[in-house]
Amino acid sequence: METRFAQGKVSLLLVLSILTALSAIVLFFQIILGDFPIPAADALQALAGNGSERYDLVVNRFRFPRALVAFLAGAGLALSGTILQGITRNPLASPGVLGLNSGAALVAVSCMVLFPNFPVGALPFAAFAGACLAATLSYFLAWKRGLSPVRLVLVGVGIAASAGAFVSFLLTFSDLAQAKRAVIWMSGSVYGRSWEHFWPMLPWLAALVPIALLMARKLDVLQLGDSLAVGLGTRLERVRGGLLLAAVASAGAAVAMAGTIGFVGLMAPHLSRFLVGSRSLRLIPTAVLTGGLLVMLADLLGRTLAAPLEIPCGILIAVIGAPYMIYLLFKKRNH
Amino acid sequence: MGIRLAGIALGLVLVALCLCASIVYGKQAIPAVEAYRSLFEFDGSREHLIVRTVRVPRALIAMSVGACLAMAGAVMQAVTRNPLAGPELFGVNQGAAFAIVVPLYAFGHVSASGSVAYAYLGAGVAGAVVYLLGIMGTGGLTPLKLVLAGSTINLLLGALTQGLLVLDEQSLDTMRFWLAGSLTGRSSAAYARVLPFMLAGIALTLAMSRHIHTLSLGEDTARGLGLRTGRVKGTSLIAVVLLAGSSVAIAGPIGFVGLAIPHVARYVVGTDYRWVLPYSAIMGALLLLLADIAARFVVPSQEISAGVVTAMLGAPFLIYLAQRRA
Repeated sequence: METRFAQGKVSLLLVLSILTALSAIVLFFQIILGDFPIPAADALQALAGNGSERYDLVVNRFRFPRALVAFLAGAGLALSGTILQGITRNPLASPGVLGLNSGAALVAVSCMVLFPNFPVGALPFAAFAGACLAATLSYFLAWKRGLSPVRLVLVGVGIAASAGAFVSFLLTFSDLAQAKRAVIWMSGSVYGRSWEHFWPMLPWLAALVPIALLMARKLDVLQLGDSLAVGLGTRLERVRGGLLLAAVASAGAAVAMAGTIGFVGLMAPHLSRFLVGSRSLRLIPTAVLTGGLLVMLADLLGRTLAAPLEIPCGILIAVIGAPYMIYLLFKKRNH
Repeated sequence: MGIRLAGIALGLVLVALCLCASIVYGKQAIPAVEAYRSLFEFDGSREHLIVRTVRVPRALIAMSVGACLAMAGAVMQAVTRNPLAGPELFGVNQGAAFAIVVPLYAFGHVSASGSVAYAYLGAGVAGAVVYLLGIMGTGGLTPLKLVLAGSTINLLLGALTQGLLVLDEQSLDTMRFWLAGSLTGRSSAAYARVLPFMLAGIALTLAMSRHIHTLSLGEDTARGLGLRTGRVKGTSLIAVVLLAGSSVAIAGPIGFVGLAIPHVARYVVGTDYRWVLPYSAIMGALLLLLADIAARFVVPSQEISAGVVTAMLGAPFLIYLAQRRA
């Protein structure tokens, strides 16, 4: 899918700045729209720190951090998806296929259901641990004299399926209120997220995006196939392991804070490939911005479309993302 | 031939034994004599009531669902020539769940017979869509394409189901028990309603077993042998919907029986599907009966659902398959 953009006729910088501008616009709409609309001027003043008290609370305590959490979650999932699609050389890989989401969901829901007094603040750590556990399992179980990407996907599906069975079993254990909380968490929502979710997530991405960019060349070399990559002097398992770790950490941080949002990790890299081509150095920053934009936009729509009901952004993304994935399957049907 | 027939006879005896065990054991053990009398000399005592209204239907449901799921899996694996095929990967479970949640959300209540009908509809449509997505293109239904098409449709249906459950607490309360794939509390009336479909599915499959076997040799070979492959595939799809749809309608999503059992059956009797199909049915019935009995004893204070037990057994099996083949 090498388009005019992809051949470098449109500069990367331009694409990135357009995406940033779009993100800023959506962010602004996130702040002013809602049950309690805020005039644009007042919103700006509140952001600058000298707004009136009632606006200040809504803007700086609720809407602004919530939008930022949505952005970071999308960015993390997109980064993870980009790396995973590179490692597995499969354009249809995503964090969900590796069982990451299900692992996070299993541990988080277990904590919610089995320990009713489990502190909400600790939930992200539980989810993160679950994601890492599932990924580690997938990695080691798929290992047989080296890592085969196909095996990784198959094992991931197995882990996801069994974790899913346990989650539905746990839901029958719990009382209805807990079950509802768990279902909302699993459907991927940034409802009620604020600074205490934003700050712990930021360092992960701040560290992982540059690391991914540094490894971009190696990711490109992996695309050429195992034997060629080794021939070019790549320490295959080491590079692959390192990249996988980065993918797991970024998706894990996102899932921990925003629940299991599927399809972003799949869609964002594809949209970005369409915009800037498939070289990882160009692809990674574009995908990160696209993913953030997507989730923020989904959250904005979910909040406003059916107000006062709130549709979790994960569900909106799935509804958009699944047809897109089907289209991809259709397009790649001969490969 | 002789030894295979003997195997089937042995299997039937084992199924009968497990059926009895399933009736006798439980939170309250009921002596076998008492169980026998409750069936033929019913006296209305508490024990007799338990046997007649709870234990017997549950044991029969476990047996039929296990047999149907395993057979459906075997048909799918034969027709798609794909070792990973099975009801769950084809979206049958999620399709049925979604098809039940929608009317539940829209009307607030769904009758038992209604939910069975919706489950059939959802299971059939989801299975057909995954199949069509998988066979697109030149490579046919490769394992990877099947996994990706299946997990996409599963994810989408799962998200939609979840969305409706988030919006409606009442549906969530009903559905969470259905989703766990438990065999408890399923009425014998509902069972009587799906039984004809199950039997039709089994009969259809067994009647076609020769054609299914020919098809499992490969599309070209089958055509060379004069088989109308399109027709056999279509009939197989109907059989699978009857088998898997009935199972999910009565017992909810019970995973991995359909995936794992045909492999075990092939291991035992070889690749001749005329034998694999009946063996799968018997082994599936055995597995689910045993899983259901185990489910009563794993956590003493609370029964866990049979679906969780099969998932616990099945996931390692899927991983083993992936390691061996890919």
